[in-house]
Parts: sequence; structure tokens; C-alpha cells
Amino acid sequence: MTVGGFPQARVLGRDVPRVEDEPLIRGKGRFLDDIALPDMLHAAFLRSPHAHALIRGIDAAAARALPGVAAILTLADLLPCLAETCLKTAMPSPSYRQQLDRPVLADREAVHVGEPIAIALAESRALAEDAAAAVEIDYDPLPVVADCLAALEAGAATAHRGAPSNLVAEMTMGFGDVDRAFEQAPHRFRERLRIHRGGSHSMECRGVVAVPEPVEDRLTVWSSTQMPHAARRLLCDILGLDENRIRVATPDIGGAFGPKLVFYPEEVAVAAAARATGRPVKWVEDRREHFVATAQERDQYWDVELATDADGRILAVRGALVHDHGAWTVRGVNVPQGAMGAMPLAYVVPAYRIGLKVAATNKVPVAPVRGAGQPQGVFAMERLLDAAARGLGLDRAEIRRRNLVPPDRMPYATPLKTRGGIAVTLDSGDYPRCQQMALDGADWSGFPARQAAARAKGRYLGIGLANYVEGTGRGPYEHVSVRIEGSGKIFVATGAAAMGQGTRTMLAQIVAEQLGGDLGRIEVITGDTAAAPLGLGGSNSRQAVMAGSSAHVAARRLRQRVLEIAGQLLEVAPADLEIDGDRVRLKGVAEVSLGLSAIARAAAGQAGFPLPEGGGPGLFAREEVVIDAMTYANGSAVAELEVDIGTGKVTILNLVFAHDCGRALHPRLVEGQLMGGIAHGIGNALYEYMVYDENAQPLTTNLAEYLLVTATEMPPVKILHMESPTPLNPLGIKGVGEAGVIPIGAAVASAVEDALSPWKIKIDRLPLSPVEILALLNAAKARDSL
Amino acid sequence: MLAGGQSLIPAMALRLARPAHLVDINGVVGFDRLEPSESGVRIGPCVRHAALGAEAVPGPLGRLLSLARRHIAHAPIRARGTFCGSLANADAASEWCLVAVALGATVTLRSQGRVRQLAMAEFLLGAMTTALEPDELLVEAHLPALPAGTRVGFHEYARRAGDFAEVMALAAYELRDGLVSDPRIALGAVEGRARRLPAAEAALAGQRPHDAAFRRAAEAAAAEITPADDAEDGRLLARAAVARALSAAA
Repeated sequence: MTVGGFPQARVLGRDVPRVEDEPLIRGKGRFLDDIALPDMLHAAFLRSPHAHALIRGIDAAAARALPGVAAILTLADLLPCLAETCLKTAMPSPSYRQQLDRPVLADREAVHVGEPIAIALAESRALAEDAAAAVEIDYDPLPVVADCLAALEAGAATAHRGAPSNLVAEMTMGFGDVDRAFEQAPHRFRERLRIHRGGSHSMECRGVVAVPEPVEDRLTVWSSTQMPHAARRLLCDILGLDENRIRVATPDIGGAFGPKLVFYPEEVAVAAAARATGRPVKWVEDRREHFVATAQERDQYWDVELATDADGRILAVRGALVHDHGAWTVRGVNVPQGAMGAMPLAYVVPAYRIGLKVAATNKVPVAPVRGAGQPQGVFAMERLLDAAARGLGLDRAEIRRRNLVPPDRMPYATPLKTRGGIAVTLDSGDYPRCQQMALDGADWSGFPARQAAARAKGRYLGIGLANYVEGTGRGPYEHVSVRIEGSGKIFVATGAAAMGQGTRTMLAQIVAEQLGGDLGRIEVITGDTAAAPLGLGGSNSRQAVMAGSSAHVAARRLRQRVLEIAGQLLEVAPADLEIDGDRVRLKGVAEVSLGLSAIARAAAGQAGFPLPEGGGPGLFAREEVVIDAMTYANGSAVAELEVDIGTGKVTILNLVFAHDCGRALHPRLVEGQLMGGIAHGIGNALYEYMVYDENAQPLTTNLAEYLLVTATEMPPVKILHMESPTPLNPLGIKGVGEAGVIPIGAAVASAVEDALSPWKIKIDRLPLSPVEILALLNAAKARDSL
Repeated sequence: MLAGGQSLIPAMALRLARPAHLVDINGVVGFDRLEPSESGVRIGPCVRHAALGAEAVPGPLGRLLSLARRHIAHAPIRARGTFCGSLANADAASEWCLVAVALGATVTLRSQGRVRQLAMAEFLLGAMTTALEPDELLVEAHLPALPAGTRVGFHEYARRAGDFAEVMALAAYELRDGLVSDPRIALGAVEGRARRLPAAEAALAGQRPHDAAFRRAAEAAAAEITPADDAEDGRLLARAAVARALSAAA
């Protein structure tokens, strides 16, 4: 299999060494917690222990008197530094039924365990924690909303005191005459599903360092955020400062996966505390805080129906979705909207309608975790297809083959729209061939023999399949500038944010391809508002597509200018020149050359001397390629696994992942992204469960209770690549950051169901714990013995 | 009291334990003694998990220690945590508590002016509860040797490699004239403390070691226990683990 479809390229499509690695390997990474400044205060947050309570009073006198404590600040104390007291972070949507903007700090009512109420500042983190623990708060507990289904029942208590109900948003997504299709359909299949996803659990939790500069009345905020420009805008709004007064910059980030795209109360509180005290303030989230204060995904309940004809061809899909929103609207309804949008996408679905209700609960707010709802939508669709295959006596691969969008219909315009109202058009790909690659890679057709042989020995093997199509590269733009300075070094600055995924390598590759091929001469600055005037940051598997396209166009333009100036200085035609490393050479005549440094100096000009002809001064190109339409990646996963019917434990024996993300800029980075996503997917399928009790108290608040997939749980994974370049951007690339996670839960559920087929057990939920599998087996055995 | 610190230090980091005084015993001369002999092995309070295996202890006992050791958490924890610390901590899912109970270990407890020895069954009172008095230190554990020819099996099931066990079972027996003699079957992680299962042992004694006998013993085990959490689930796991430990020993 060839990967990296840039046949004539110097560095594109090749596994060049990552530019990020040397400092990381040498222990010279510069993560947020590595920032240490003179006179710096350390912050700890006092957080609500109640899921829902009135705050009747806050007494910080004893805490303020503790040694080493500089300040205890509540919302009231921060008011002089605040122009607004709420974080308005919700994306626009007509679906909202109430506005739930969260406060900088809770002052009258706490609505989830972990909500910050006060910030303690001390000479060390330990002292700050002591101080936070010494603050006395008079709480009056209120009724708690712990479950999103119960939340929507008539007469339910409300997650917010005085709210009319817990209905945060409602909408219907769909097209076609669904009810008529169901009336006339010969076959219908219905599933009631419960899907839970937990957090993203990046290795590094969140953190903020805010540094006031009183001489110029400026503020520098280092934050481990995916969206520095958005963070700056919000800080400006809330602190009442102009954008030129605040710089938001990201240090090295140890993973993000979605939750770090949200703007958080702690970012405001730390920044305001720095302004209030005039000292640098640092807060580093610990893992327990991460469990109760960083956005998670959570529960979705689907009641869905599929109508097919006698051959298993889809006629319509309909249903209802209830989504647990948590206590505040911190991003919007994009998680359930993403789930509904993803559900039908891989298949030809003539009519579709899902009604959504979003319910407020007294839990941590919900925002995207890698996949952003798409795994849930895919799970719902794939469960229905398995039910239909079973009902119609079709092979599970065959029913999918009959319904996948065929390649001869590309581009395939669906009637769906994105959240921004942009048409969803599948731009390229060969979904049936991709599925076939996965099936062949997993020896799908040989599985029945393996299954029978295992059963003869009392072992229960199963195999499962799932397909996905993922909208990637969300627009409208990303800023990139490329500059060659007098030394001949190349500087790239972008609004894109690097979170550990190799963004700097990706951009350096694209720029190097045009400007000499040497990544070592290129420095890429990401995630810094001081280096880029505009930026949307990291989300939606967008940065390679959007920033990559801008980098490509900017670098090509700069290349043209370099060759033009060099042509003038060398008195040769620019077309006869090439850039090689730090020099421009006459093709075939090595001795005729000029350094990039000389060209940059010539372009910079000298007072009183004319510039090179044909362009303005400097070697600088700035670009924001605007692409509204998303480009759609796809893939198919096959999981083969064993269920231990003695313990309920599931062991994945083999996982095959065939996918198409267009041209792969760096195949190993693509595989790394996929492997990470697959690990998250296995976690969501079998291990990760963020448990709350009936009082919305979180019960899994450390990594011994909340089980992440580690190396020992990873099965052998075979990744197979297809490359269908998209016509939507100049490099033909599609995003891949989230792809791995999307089909895994559905494929695992399908395989577990297959393994347990002797007992006719249906899998209707994720994650699947061994205890639940044992209970399902017991119930089935009891049923069969009647 | 700080030996390996693999339970206490995380509890302190989480602010769950806030001891007024911390006594580090790692420097005490002789506390790292590990003395195998004909009669068994004497284990000082600073002997690490990693030190206990077939390479240090001969015979079936050493083999059993190796089988249990590999389930204890992860390599860094095995390199620091101690055998005696594990007994004193008395987690329901402690591999060493299970081994000690199954083999009839004795522990030596010492305070100023008093030394006493307790059988493991008297020492281990329940989940995280022992007979250790506040002024006492567990200064030695003695594991008796298993007769040559003893068959040993250990089965543990945990959600992930290195996690606390959901269930673990230990089986050891001798064969006389092809029949099971002196069987020891013990279960951990399901009830509040590890213990031997007399009904299961009785079901196996005198039987030929084959699957049907193992299944009957496992059924007896499931019937005689009182799981701490979900009763149904606990019995199912106990049945599977006992049967597998017996099969592994065969």
C-alpha cells in the first residue's frame, strides 16, 4: 500500500522527523507548568461539593489569615476587574430554549460538583489548597437533576433555580417524507440505545498563567487552550480591555482532544486575579479537578427506527434523541447536532428525521470530546443496520454494501446542512471499496470457521463492522503568514493551535515543499495572538485542511517572489531557478546561486535605493484561504474479539481500520492520530465510564476509578489507507484527528453481539462493562431455561 | 509508617491521609531480610514485591509467589511496594493477603516491650482492617513451605493489566495415588478479606483432578461466599476464578 500521494514531492507525503520532537525528547519541553516567574502566586479553586445548592454566605476570614496566603477572591472581590460576570461562549443556534451562560465564579447558586466559587492565591499550590479548604461556605442544598431523561419529565426539579424547565434546546434534523416511507416500508427495525462518553483525559490537564505588566497596562495569559484567539476576545470582553492589551499564548500542550477548546471560568479568574493583585498567577488543574471541572461528553438516549425494503435497502430513518447537556451552555448543541448529522452520512438515506431534546442536569457542562457526537450517531446507525441484517437474514457487510453511498454518485449532495447552514456534500471517496479493504484485511469471510473452531473449545469469538463518514476541515479560514528574514530563516505564524498532534511539522512540511525542502530552517509559531492577527484554532479535524491550505498558498506566493528577485539579481529567468535548502540555484548549473539571506536583504531594501521590481518590500506572504464547505473523510473498522463468558471480559483480538483522509501529508502522523483515536474508541466501548450517583455526585474522579486504555489494552491494529484527494482544497487533504474514535464503539458492540449470538443477546449500550455482560448472559440463560 | 509508600503516599497526595508523623523504616538494618529455609520463608518489612519469586524461594512456594507477583500492579510499584506493607494495608484485593491466608502464614508484631505472633487468619480482620495495634509494627511475615510436588495455580481477573483485581483465586494441592490431597482453595477481592473456602476444599479432596471435580469445587465456592458488592456478579466471578485456578494447577 503506498501512502502519501504526492508523487513528485520533496517532503510532502513523507515521514519526515517531527520538528517538535527534539526538545520533547531532551526534556526541554515547555509546558504550562514549566512556567515559573519571579513573585508568582499559585492558585487553587474552592469548588462546590454540592451538585445543586444555594450559596448563603462565604466566610474567608480564617483562610486569609493562614500563612503564605495572599488573597481569597470571590466574584464580589473580582468585580472591580470585570466588565461582565458571565462567559458568553455559546455558538449561535435557533434551537435554544433558555440561555445558560456560566458565571466567572458562582456566587449565589452552585449547579454542579466542581463549579468554582472562589480562588485562593498563595506562595505555593499546597498552601493555596490549604487556604481554599479553610474557606467556609454556608450552603443550602437544592433538589438535584441527575438524569437527562428524568429531567424532561413534567414536574421535574430544575437544575437551575427559577428556570422554567430543564429543556435547554430542541430541534429536528431531517429531510424527505419519513412517515410515508415508514407506512409503506415492508420492514422496520427499532432500537432503544443508551450511549455514554466520558472525558478526553489529555495527559496534561488544563492550566493558566496570567502575567500583568503594569507599566504598559498589558496582560499576558498563557493557557493550555485550543483556541487562543477566541480566549483573547472573551478575556477582552470580560475584563473590559482592548485586544492590544491582552496576549494569549499557548505553551507546549500535552493533548487536548476537544475540552480545551472551551473557554473556562478559571481562565478569567486567574487573569482577573493577576490584575487584582498585580502579580503573576499560575493555576494548574490537577486530575481530580479535571474530572469535575473540564468539559465531558455524557449520556445520550436514542429511540430510533429504520425502514428498509425487502432487499435491505434503506427507505427511511427516524427517531428521537435526548442529550445530557450538563449545567451550562459552554459551547452549544454541537455534540448532539454532530451526532444527528453523522448518523445517516455514509449511506443513501432517502428520508431522515431525528428530534432532539437537550436537557440541563447538575453535572459538568458537556462540550466536544474527540469525535464530538459522531461516534454516537454512527453507533445508532450501525446498530440499526445490524438489527436489519439479522431480521432480513443478510450478512452485516452485505447490507452495508447495498446502502453505502456509491462512488459513481460523488460528489453526493445530501439535503443536510451543517450547524452554520452550509450544504453537506460528500465530496469524494469510494466507501464500498474502503469497506471491502477492511473486510479483506480482517479476513471477514474466514471468520465463521474461526468462530466455530473457538466455540468447539468453549471460547466465544465475535466479529463486527462499522462505517463512518466524518465532516472535517471546518472553515471558514485559518490564518498563516510566511516570512523569510535577513538570515534566510523562514518563520511561519498561524492562528492554528498545536496540541501535540504535529501541527508545526505539518505546516513546516508544506512551507518547506515550496521554499527549499529543509524543515530545519523553518520555525513555526502556533497559538499566539501576538504572532497571528487572526485565528480560529484547533477543532473539527480542521488544522491540516485550513491552516495547511493557507500555508500552501502563502508559501507558493512567497516562492514566486523569491524566484523573481533572484532572477533579477542573477540575471536569469525565474523559471530556470529552483530553491534548494537556503539557496536559489540555476537548474543544472550549481555554481550559479544566491542565498535566501541575500534575497531577503535585497527585498528588505535600503534607504535611497530602489527595490527589486515586480513586488513590494520584504519577503512576506499572508493568507487565509476561505473554504466554507467541509471535506468528508470516511472509513470502516472491523473488530474481532473474544468474550470471556466466565467474567464478562472482552478482549479485542484484532482490529482493522481502513480509511480515506485524502492525501496524507505525513503518513506516520496520520497513523498516530488514528491510533490515538482508536484507543479513545476502545475506551468508550469497554472501559471509560464517568459515573455519577443519583445525587449527581461524581464517583469516578481518579484514573484508578475511571479506566483509560493503556498499552496493555491495545489490540493489534492494522491500518489500511485509501487516498481520494478532495477537490475542495489545493492539497487534496481531509482531516484525520478524530477519525479513529468514530466507528470503534459501533464495531465492538457489533462484535460482542456476534460473540454472544448463541444467547441472542442484543447490545444496546456503550460502554459495555464486564458486569453488564455477565448480567446479560445471566438474564439470557434464565430466559432460555424457562 | 513508611516502607514502600505505594498506598500511603498516593492517599496523602489526594489529601485522604494526613498523618501527623511519618516514620520511614527503609533505613532500619535488617528490615530487608529475605530468608528462605526448609520450613518456608521469612520476610522482613522492607522486602519488595519484586523480590518474592521462584528466583529467591525454592520449590512450589517460590513458583506460587511468581504466579501471584506478576498480578501486583505495575513494575515500578512492584519495585517499591513491600510484602509486609501489603499485609498491613489489608486491601481486599491484595495478592499477598490471599497467598498468606491460603498458606497459613504467621506475622510477627512488635511494639516497645512486646512481641506477638498471629496466624494470618487472626491478623486479617476485614477490608483494610487488621489486628495491628497503633503502637505495633509488622516486623516479619513467615510463609510456610509447600511440600515438594504440590501443584499450585493462581488466577486473577482485573479490568486492565495492573488494576486491582475483580476476583482472584489460589489453588494448591498434592496428589496421593492420583487423588487430590490437602487441597487449599482461597479467594480474594470478592469478600471483604481473602480466605480459604472449606466447602470448596472438601468438594475437591479425594477426587481425581479433572474438570468435573474442579467445576464442583467452583460451584461449592460460589455457594459458600458472601460477596461484598453485587452478590450475583461476585458468585459468578468466584466460580470462574476458582475453576481456572484449579485448572491452572492441574
